[in-house]
Amino acid sequence: MSRRTGSDLPLVLMALLLTGFGVATVYSAGQTDVPISAVQGAWVRQLQWLAVGLVAFVVTTRLSVRFLEWAALPAYLLAIALLVVTLVFGSGGGTAESMRGWITIGGQRLGQPSEMAKLAVALMLAKVLTAYRTTPRSLMELVKPAAVVFVPWALVMAQPDLGTGLAFIGLFFVMLFWVGVSGPLLLFAASPIISLVLASSTGLWAAWFVLLLVVVWWYKPYVVEGVALVLANVMMGVAAPILWDKLQPHQQDRLLVFLDPSRDPRGSAYQVLQSRIAIGSGGWTGKGFTAGTQKRLAFLPEQHTDFIWAVLGEELGFLGVTAALVLFLMFFLRVIRVATRASDSFASLVAMGLAGSWFVHVVVNVGMTINLMPITGIPLPFFSYGGSFLLACWIAMGMLYRISAEGRGLAGEFPIMST
Amino acid sequence: MNLQPNEVHRRGRVAAGIAAACVALLGAAFFRTQVLEHSRFALQSDDNRLNEVPLPAPRGMILDRNGEVIAENVPGYTVSMLGHRSDSLRAALQRLAAVVPLSDSQIATVVRRFRASPARPATIITDASFEQVSVLEEQRSRFPNLVIQAAPKRRYPDGRAVAALVGYTGEINEAELAREAYRDYKPGQQVGRAGLERQYERDLRGDEGSRFVEVDARGRVVRQAGARPDRAPVPGPDLHTTIDLDLQRFVASLFDSTMQGGAVALDPATGAVLALHSAPIYDPNAFIGGIARAEYEALRSDPRTPLYNKALQGAYPPASTFKLATAIIAMERGIVGLDDRMAQPCTGGYLFGSRYFRCWEKDGHGSLTLAQAIEKSCDVYFYQLGLRLGLDRFLTGGTELGFSQRTGIDLPDERQPGWPEATAYFNRLYGRGNWTNAVTLNLAIGQGENDQTVLSMARFYAAIATDGNAVRPHVVDRPVERTRLFDLTPEQLAGLREALHGVVSTRGTAGSAAIRGVEVAGKTGTGQNSHGKDHGWFVGFAPKDDPKIVVAVLVAFGEHGYVAARMATKIMERYLKTTVIAPTNTVGG
Repeated sequence: MSRRTGSDLPLVLMALLLTGFGVATVYSAGQTDVPISAVQGAWVRQLQWLAVGLVAFVVTTRLSVRFLEWAALPAYLLAIALLVVTLVFGSGGGTAESMRGWITIGGQRLGQPSEMAKLAVALMLAKVLTAYRTTPRSLMELVKPAAVVFVPWALVMAQPDLGTGLAFIGLFFVMLFWVGVSGPLLLFAASPIISLVLASSTGLWAAWFVLLLVVVWWYKPYVVEGVALVLANVMMGVAAPILWDKLQPHQQDRLLVFLDPSRDPRGSAYQVLQSRIAIGSGGWTGKGFTAGTQKRLAFLPEQHTDFIWAVLGEELGFLGVTAALVLFLMFFLRVIRVATRASDSFASLVAMGLAGSWFVHVVVNVGMTINLMPITGIPLPFFSYGGSFLLACWIAMGMLYRISAEGRGLAGEFPIMST
Repeated sequence: MNLQPNEVHRRGRVAAGIAAACVALLGAAFFRTQVLEHSRFALQSDDNRLNEVPLPAPRGMILDRNGEVIAENVPGYTVSMLGHRSDSLRAALQRLAAVVPLSDSQIATVVRRFRASPARPATIITDASFEQVSVLEEQRSRFPNLVIQAAPKRRYPDGRAVAALVGYTGEINEAELAREAYRDYKPGQQVGRAGLERQYERDLRGDEGSRFVEVDARGRVVRQAGARPDRAPVPGPDLHTTIDLDLQRFVASLFDSTMQGGAVALDPATGAVLALHSAPIYDPNAFIGGIARAEYEALRSDPRTPLYNKALQGAYPPASTFKLATAIIAMERGIVGLDDRMAQPCTGGYLFGSRYFRCWEKDGHGSLTLAQAIEKSCDVYFYQLGLRLGLDRFLTGGTELGFSQRTGIDLPDERQPGWPEATAYFNRLYGRGNWTNAVTLNLAIGQGENDQTVLSMARFYAAIATDGNAVRPHVVDRPVERTRLFDLTPEQLAGLREALHGVVSTRGTAGSAAIRGVEVAGKTGTGQNSHGKDHGWFVGFAPKDDPKIVVAVLVAFGEHGYVAARMATKIMERYLKTTVIAPTNTVGG
């Protein structure tokens, strides 16, 4: 039952603008006074990947929403299989040598399965949530969707890839919010993670725990759930130091540096320090396209991948940063519009899931360049150099385009599927 | 499950609101970083990429009273290297050693310089030859961090002839850098080490400039120039001295290579130093660009002490030149007049207690007036004068004449002369009751516990040459400072000058030093020296009735004063015949 009402040109145009902006910045990142082999010519490879991505986009637009719903389970299982394979046989890539995030055959890196896994999880979670008769009102009802996300999340975290892990969490909560899970319940679902983070400070954790008890008392969940919730939070508070010890030293450093960037300016804090210097020295209008000295003289780390935003900030200044941020915001608003006008719940949820995962990417990536967020090695959608991610983004664009095309043309005319 | 349209729209608005709020928050954070904190980060960005290469300032020139050059600057080159980490610097230096000879210890020194001041290029060659510079320029592309810098180099055209005055310069060392006085100095800079170069260091040094090279994250120089406009160095202002370079050269030439001693020529009216020399002397040009250790050690261990300024730092018994002091102290107190005779005529010696004190003339001088006793330098007369004066009054008088004080000349390391200011000195030295009034006899003829510098004797004679006021000697023009040393009537002063003129006549002890056409007044001295041959002195002035120049000469181990006297009168003659007609007040600024 596909009812095509037209093509969402603004959506595609915005994505193309973002990608063009990104390729230009990748090009600039390669313009250095110091030869850096990994960066030189990266923009050409990025363009090649874009060509592949656009083909994939066109192909994906041909897949109906119903087909996507049907394909959700196989895609999800395939994604998990690939993640397992990656974990066992994978290799480090580029700047993340210590990670096992890449599938490599015959020395040729084929891609990062975790990027495709995000799409599969969005589809699968949408399918699972759509199957509910009513909006989940208890934690018990959230166990199944949580399990859908948890399995790939755990596999990704084992690589370890904190950034993609964060994207899964973003996707999960955005989609729960979209199906109407109430605020307190979202808080309960998130509470073990919050406990984990706050456990670094006993006082903070205690305050959080009291707040949680108040909300539990006010919301009155099932007794079993309430007890389980409190126990889970206590356990997380206790487990935090143990988990902390299990973190890699460089991950610990990154978190500590986030809390105090002045520590160890030559080591872990170096990246964020140099990134802030690059962005801050850009001023209103920047040092000019390709003319950033922090980038040219190799003070800036990872300038074509994780820290590409710093190149933009240094060379185009606050005006360039604002332009890119506004473009991203318009893009997200457009995707939300697609979600609100989708033909059915599944399509709407997929659109929101994709938006949620991208949003986490943008906020964390952009935030970390000025130390608002810890450095997690998360790429910037449409901007950062990287084939799998660009390809995944454009496949997602294909889905969105299709969802938009199948959606209703006018507001208020919400169709289909009533019980 | 179905999404209700109204619910979806509501949640869509919430989601849009959250997205907009997050983006606005990011925008605000970037506004803070890029606009509000821009200047701080811009500074850090420049600090990252710009390395400052100092442009040394030329030192001020040192000029004589007629504008002739005593110290100047000639083009030179320094070779240094910008470092990033000491191991990469060491590796680069080891590669450089294939191009210019560099020993392991030199490399270690350069690395140490880098560690002491990592932001500055570490000096490798202080005074590079043109050949070295051309070879290095050819290899430049292999050594991007090499800094070849034109650096003005000090030169003293007259070399040894002016060394006692100007001193020399050298690269500041680690010990000096640690001192408070050199707080604003940086490694590699030149600093005055002796003489005028040291005394007027602050005026002469000028202001270092800088140029900026751009470096990458690993400290490699990417651009040599143009990253930021240069800051031009400010040369030090010229130093105008009162020195008469012609006279200075002449004074230096009078000391032959075997002689040791010092000489000072002053303008008695102003205290302006016309010439100042010490022999033997070093070549100050040898210190420029760093002196070889062996050469420096040879200078330091030379028994004739060429590094030691014998005009300022050497103290010698003033001997008979001091008899004028004995006479003036007594005359001022009305104890003796120029025509007064002592109780005992000179028979070649004087018996004091059980000790017999000889006169230098063993045949005796017979009965003499004070004026005659000065001409003949009769010891027996002055033994008795000293006893008549009494030790206490004598010591007080000598102190009033300034014999225990430095002259305050504007040159470093002037030695404080030794004169006992009170009898307590002898109690300390020998123990109470272990000394007798015999010390008075010794002091009266300028021996004993009395050590004066050439300069302090010149100052005393300048007071005799004028009106009893001493002037503070100075090399760089400054307001005249006069201090009253003694009160004598003009007639008494004229009589003393006449007696001093008699010294340099057929009647006196330095008759052989007399010069036709110049009325010289002065006094010889032969200082007893327990370490070897006697020291010969002459201190005097000319012309006797309107003195224009005071000269003090000491020839160490020179046996007798007439050697010094001949030199001194030649100096006076040279000055009076060549210069005194010309205006003397061209200095200033």
